[in-house]
Amino acid sequence: MASFANSKDSAKLGGCPDHGDLMNYHTPTSFSDASAIASATSGVTRFLAGGTDVLVQLRSDLVTPDDLIDIKHIEGVKDITQRADGGWDLGVAVAGAEMTEHAALIADWPGLVEGMDLIGSTQVQGRATLVGNLCNGSPAADSVPGMVAAGCTVTVTGPDGSRKVAVEDIPAGPGRTTLQKGELISKVHIPARGENGGDAYLRFIPRTEMDIAVVGCAVNLRIEGDIITEARVVMGAVAPTVVLVNDAATAIIGSTLDETALDALAQAATAACNPIDDKRGTIEFRKDVAGVLAKRAAKIAYGRAKGEAQ
Amino acid sequence: MALDGSKPQFKLLGTRPNRPDGLDKVTGRARYGADLNAPGQLHGAILRSPHAHARIVSIDASKALALKGVKAVVTRADFATGLTGDDWNMQENCMAGEKALYDGHAVAAVAATTPLLAKDAAKLIEVEYEILPHVTDVDEAMKEGAPVIRDGAADYSVPDGLHPNVVRYYENGKGDLEAGFAEADLIVERSFKTEAAHQGYIEPHACLAQLGTDGQGELWCCTQGHWFVRQMCTAALGIETSQLKVTPSEIGGGFGGKTTVFIDPVALALSRKAGGTPVKLVMSRSEVLRATGPTASASMDIKMGMTKDGRITAASGVFRMQGGAFPGAPVDVTTDLAFANYRIENVHHVGYDVMTNRPKQAAYRAPGAPMAAFACESVVDEMATKLGIDPLDIRLKNGVVEGDRSTYGPKVKKVGLIETLEAAKAHPNYAAPLGPNQGRGVASGYWMNWGGDTSASVAIGEDGAVAVTVGTPDIGGSRASMALMAAETFGIPYENVRVHIADTASLGINEPTHGSRATFASGLAVIQSAKECIQKMCVRAAEKWDIDPDAVTWEDGFAKPSGPNAGDFEPLSIAEIAGEMSDTGGPIAGHFEANPGKFGGSFGTHVVDVEVDPETGRTTILRYLVVQDAGKAIHPSYVEGQFQGGAVQGIGWALNEEYVYGPDGRLQNPIFLDYRVPVASDLPMIDTVIVEVPNPGHPYGVRGVGETGITPPLPAIANAVAAATGVRFTELPLSPPKVLAGIKAAKHA
Repeated sequence: MASFANSKDSAKLGGCPDHGDLMNYHTPTSFSDASAIASATSGVTRFLAGGTDVLVQLRSDLVTPDDLIDIKHIEGVKDITQRADGGWDLGVAVAGAEMTEHAALIADWPGLVEGMDLIGSTQVQGRATLVGNLCNGSPAADSVPGMVAAGCTVTVTGPDGSRKVAVEDIPAGPGRTTLQKGELISKVHIPARGENGGDAYLRFIPRTEMDIAVVGCAVNLRIEGDIITEARVVMGAVAPTVVLVNDAATAIIGSTLDETALDALAQAATAACNPIDDKRGTIEFRKDVAGVLAKRAAKIAYGRAKGEAQ
Repeated sequence: MALDGSKPQFKLLGTRPNRPDGLDKVTGRARYGADLNAPGQLHGAILRSPHAHARIVSIDASKALALKGVKAVVTRADFATGLTGDDWNMQENCMAGEKALYDGHAVAAVAATTPLLAKDAAKLIEVEYEILPHVTDVDEAMKEGAPVIRDGAADYSVPDGLHPNVVRYYENGKGDLEAGFAEADLIVERSFKTEAAHQGYIEPHACLAQLGTDGQGELWCCTQGHWFVRQMCTAALGIETSQLKVTPSEIGGGFGGKTTVFIDPVALALSRKAGGTPVKLVMSRSEVLRATGPTASASMDIKMGMTKDGRITAASGVFRMQGGAFPGAPVDVTTDLAFANYRIENVHHVGYDVMTNRPKQAAYRAPGAPMAAFACESVVDEMATKLGIDPLDIRLKNGVVEGDRSTYGPKVKKVGLIETLEAAKAHPNYAAPLGPNQGRGVASGYWMNWGGDTSASVAIGEDGAVAVTVGTPDIGGSRASMALMAAETFGIPYENVRVHIADTASLGINEPTHGSRATFASGLAVIQSAKECIQKMCVRAAEKWDIDPDAVTWEDGFAKPSGPNAGDFEPLSIAEIAGEMSDTGGPIAGHFEANPGKFGGSFGTHVVDVEVDPETGRTTILRYLVVQDAGKAIHPSYVEGQFQGGAVQGIGWALNEEYVYGPDGRLQNPIFLDYRVPVASDLPMIDTVIVEVPNPGHPYGVRGVGETGITPPLPAIANAVAAATGVRFTELPLSPPKVLAGIKAAKHA
């Protein structure tokens, strides 16, 4: 395929040059250009970073975009940068494989990285991105609970400039986000880890890999001595969007993660579920397993906060 | 053709040389179904019904045909008329006639200059449907008032009063059932269900077809049996078999599912309609899952009686088999093989072949046997547990041996069931310690194997190298086993033999590589063809030495005088005889055409250890042992590969694979993401033990090993899960939601 030098270039792609139903392929070199292109389109528009959802949906006839905006050519989209405050900024085209090879990032946020690492195969990991996983809008997205638990934010660039949004405010329902026409995510911000913190993500699948979460759970917490002082518990695949479960966090804050706290955590996690019956699991199963995973993930996060080898 | 007792010691059989097709396959050079292209070819796409059951009111292709680059559209009107029986079923399945019978049923097809244009054009074909009520469950389909798939589809065997969806009835039995149960100390009666499972071959169906206005055609396709393809395609199109030459590609898995046709007649019809331009047609995975054959699903009732000391006194079974919108569910095999492991005096079975709005079932590795094994071996396991008898011992006590009367009629020939049970008992896996939430399951299974129409030829090259030509596509390493058997027979190196898979014009007819028959039947044909070559070479040597041909023997690749009385001559090598053949009488070749009937069945016994997470219902396979009778393992690595492959497919079927239909009758999981075959990390290394009880009906004792391996896994795993959880599950798959619900229900009970 030809390469396209600047943001004004676009190419016509389609089934055949002999009939009218063509796709516009854009390669902007800045987020403001990408936003301008997206603002001007009238049909189905998709942003292309890793493409591990968009291209699969295209080939399965699920989504046929009229405009495909490839944002991989924008400078800095593949960078992982540590900020002065100790937090991290990730470009929108950073692939899962780059995160799992990044020892310092893993040391800070093992749970967030392991959520990303669970997605797809080795080949998919070479392409798949956090932002793509978030914007695909699946309630079962494996990297999203970890991002929400960590308290990540994203920069959203649109026709009216840029703003910062909490990750949990992006998903709006299966396949939908709160992003408006012409808006796209231009960066991911991960908070500074700080002292005595730990996070973990677990998902339930019937197999060992290459599957979609039937239930997912991320826990991020901080301790003082043996006592949990801060916690965020996030459930995936049990409601139309990922759920930040404050009751679950409350259940373990102030505890040493003893059996009573764990049981209260499980109950809160189960209570927060609003799942569906489908080919991947029943309502009852998802509710039960949500509690089980919350306990198991909390134990791992707690161990990590204490500096125990995992 | 009987077992060749003169060769107790083999030089090559049982060794493990590299497969001749290995380099092509690991470098990507091997050509599979979608790898062939023809200059100027068109690309086909098929429009499929989104409805489970609907009358086709009209089809309007004018918008598709108006696109530049669209060259042909075909519907059922472009196929032959007047077909009956299996030919009609095949044709109707490839292209719907009056009704669409399942979600994914082909309704029309288009050929265009590019694949994407063809796909877009297919969407422009307008079909008006009248949606009809549908049914996809076997038990529902038999109930009064269930939608009728097709009136008049039932054959003579079906008793009056059954629903028209019951299209075949099968009954078989012996002894006195009542007396048998009266004799029992323990009777267990349970009902079981299995879901449809797809063969899951990695290569989707693909072909390149050309059929001219002169009525002559060629077809390149991915198949287990190209003569079957030729017969079906020519019938569907109304041309003579000899007018079509079919060449098989390499094949990326078949497991029985590629012994029939789905797209090949459609591609030929498109080519014919486009004036003879070649048409390439490749299925997507979603098309494979929606519209090619999975195996049948089953609903079964089993009752068995046993004395306190573990002797089976009576057994009865009812088997309701769902085979999609056509007759053909393997009800006879399911029924016959249900209790085939055992010596039972009093036995009765009934089978129903039932139609539903699902894709036409196709053969899948020991078709019909695994479902029955699941039901029967689960009951035997439950009885052994209740009576406190070791599950291998109970099988040793009741297992069939040569001379027994089988449960389904014929006398049992020489078989190796007892040998597999003894080997399983002696294996370290059977003594491995188990931890909490872990359980061990045992089951045995059988497949009778098959001979079938077989043609082969063997030709001697000018340098004494040997070309072997067979008609059975190489799925599991058969080129290697053919080369080994030819080389063993000739007494020459393995590397001096090259094996070819011929097209339909180059040999007499051949049945597919199915029924675990290729190594047995094509192997036997190769051996006989080689022996004919040897006999001819002995004649050439005799003429050269001017002695009687009977005074020449063949040994290790040389013609030799048979003894001192025959004369004193230097042995003549195969190369020397071949080098002179043009001057001594011309080409030397042998051939064989027959339907070898002395195939020998193969028994297997599996032992599996699982761990079940009591909080999530998820099952992990910890250890897995396959013990099976190969008769003679020609190439042990490929025999072990068959054992392991059967076990893995059985694990998938037992744990997570299933067809999920929505209330609208549409398949909910037509992708590998949600049709969950096991991935490599789900599995332990599958341990294997090859038992060799030679088949008296093959020169080297071969039985055939492809199919038996999928028969024991379903019950073995269910038995292991029962041992781990204390809950007896009777419906497959044992998916985590089902298992967790079972564990919870047992706790509350």
